[in-house]
Amino acid sequence: MSAITRDEVAHLAQLARLAVTDSELDHFAAQLDVILNSVARVAEVAADDIPPTTHAVPLTNVLRPDEPGSCLDRDTVLLAAPATEQGRFRVPRILDIEE
Amino acid sequence: MSDFIGRGAAELAGLVADGTASAREITQAHLDRIATTDDRVHAFLRVDVEGALAAADAVDARRAAGERLPALAGVPIAVKDIVVTKGIETTAASKILRGWIPPYDATIVTKLRAAGLIMLGKTNLDEFGMGSSTENSAYGPSRNPWDLLRTPGGTSGGSSAAVAAYQAPLAIGTDTGGSIRQPASLTGIVGHKPTYGAVSRNGLIAFSSSLDQAGPFARTVLDTALLHQVIAGHDAADSTSLDQPVPGVVDAVRLGGSADLTGVTVGVVSNLAGDGYESGVVEATQSTVIRLEQLGAKVVEVSCPHFDYALAAYYLIAPSECSSNLARFDAMRYGLRVGDDREASLESVMARTREAGFGAEVKRRIMIGTYALSSGYYDAYYGQAQKVRTLIGRDFTAAFETCDVLVSPTSPTVAFRLGERTDDPLAMYAADLCTLPASLAGVPAISVPCGISDGLPVGLQIMAPVLADDRCYRVAAALEASMDTPVLAAAPAL
Repeated sequence: MSAITRDEVAHLAQLARLAVTDSELDHFAAQLDVILNSVARVAEVAADDIPPTTHAVPLTNVLRPDEPGSCLDRDTVLLAAPATEQGRFRVPRILDIEE
Repeated sequence: MSDFIGRGAAELAGLVADGTASAREITQAHLDRIATTDDRVHAFLRVDVEGALAAADAVDARRAAGERLPALAGVPIAVKDIVVTKGIETTAASKILRGWIPPYDATIVTKLRAAGLIMLGKTNLDEFGMGSSTENSAYGPSRNPWDLLRTPGGTSGGSSAAVAAYQAPLAIGTDTGGSIRQPASLTGIVGHKPTYGAVSRNGLIAFSSSLDQAGPFARTVLDTALLHQVIAGHDAADSTSLDQPVPGVVDAVRLGGSADLTGVTVGVVSNLAGDGYESGVVEATQSTVIRLEQLGAKVVEVSCPHFDYALAAYYLIAPSECSSNLARFDAMRYGLRVGDDREASLESVMARTREAGFGAEVKRRIMIGTYALSSGYYDAYYGQAQKVRTLIGRDFTAAFETCDVLVSPTSPTVAFRLGERTDDPLAMYAADLCTLPASLAGVPAISVPCGISDGLPVGLQIMAPVLADDRCYRVAAALEASMDTPVLAAAPAL
């Protein structure tokens, strides 16, 4: 497996919504490279015809009766919100200013 | 030190039930013990004095009213701070959740409260359950009561330290790759990771959903089983919860208490030994295996070749699930928000919040997971790791055709020094070497104290097939019954 570059780490951080600093980029690039080289060992196992396991104890079609139950009330939920407005979550702008 | 400190959960519950002691006295004694020792141990992130005393008074009132109390009523318990508790701050040891007051209780907390257990407070952990030493806590590490310069293990190190320091007779931990078993081993107590799906995950802050499992800590195997019985069982609020009867773990302890293992075949996993295993740990394990043979067990050696790849598979699967699960920390509905000046974009607020709120290990795992799941790398990393997971499960299936249980050291080393591995992620990951196969296969596994090396405790891991948790308890109880004094008795007084 090829080494991971500083630019790739910056791209990963952007995908993962992490505003990492320049010094962190250097630090993480070196560490992620070592970790990824180590875990790449899984490729040594011949497993072409082996089905993947997503859950250790597989369950399928877990159903329950479609009946209304109780839920948290709005005021209780909004108590934990970082910002609220008019009984709703207030979020940062999602459009550019000029739009 | 109060008379109640050091007594086990079964004994304390008996005192409450027959009126010899009140739940309030017992709770106060443990709160006092925390007050005099936790400045050194740092097991707790917060102690709920008022809530604990109120819960104790409620138990005393139930008894005074003539009610028959549940088995562990009036017994204090410590709960890992990754389990949400209504009205009590829950942080998962992360800055991103500082100050968060959950609006609901986890299913297991509801069960603890209904059973009359007294929650003393919330214990420290590695942030979001990622680490092996509690050093990834945003609020500082916990310390091992055996040696305050060493780790109590992780990630449930606050819970293990609290029980080993006699601050609580019981604790709840969670185990994704070894986070109950390894801390139990490093502090000389008992810890069990139940079969995946046996204990509800509703209200556990998710790290790696296909692996996370809550379980009990205690100083004796019986107390561990009693707590297991309280928290286990099907929960409709967790779609991965198994709708199966809870194995008879308490009966299994009573069976094991006779210290007779005639008819039990114990497999020693040859792959969980070798490089990286301390000689003192290997010797303690070997002499424990001889002891199991003396108790009547048939001992065979088994090979599980794919266990050699468990570490690599785990450190792809867990970070992948982590990168997905932790996307919920987006600064919108709860938790920290940074940089919202009403001008900054949504994306910049998210990125600045997550940068400020997550610690280094969490960021590393999110990025590894993002990488492993990205197109072009998915098949080689995540996809291949899932196939290796299948092969590890098949190794277990094959081994359990001839063996009732499998054993290994719980940890390749005794408790290591704080700071020793913090700059080397791979060295830290190696602490999970022995515990990862059972996690990936979803099988139950217990760690029980089995010896001492260099003045520090060693644990034996006992693994069993899915939903045969009772076998872990039976063998652990037999081993415990065969020992003259508990391993923890050798710990220096705090």
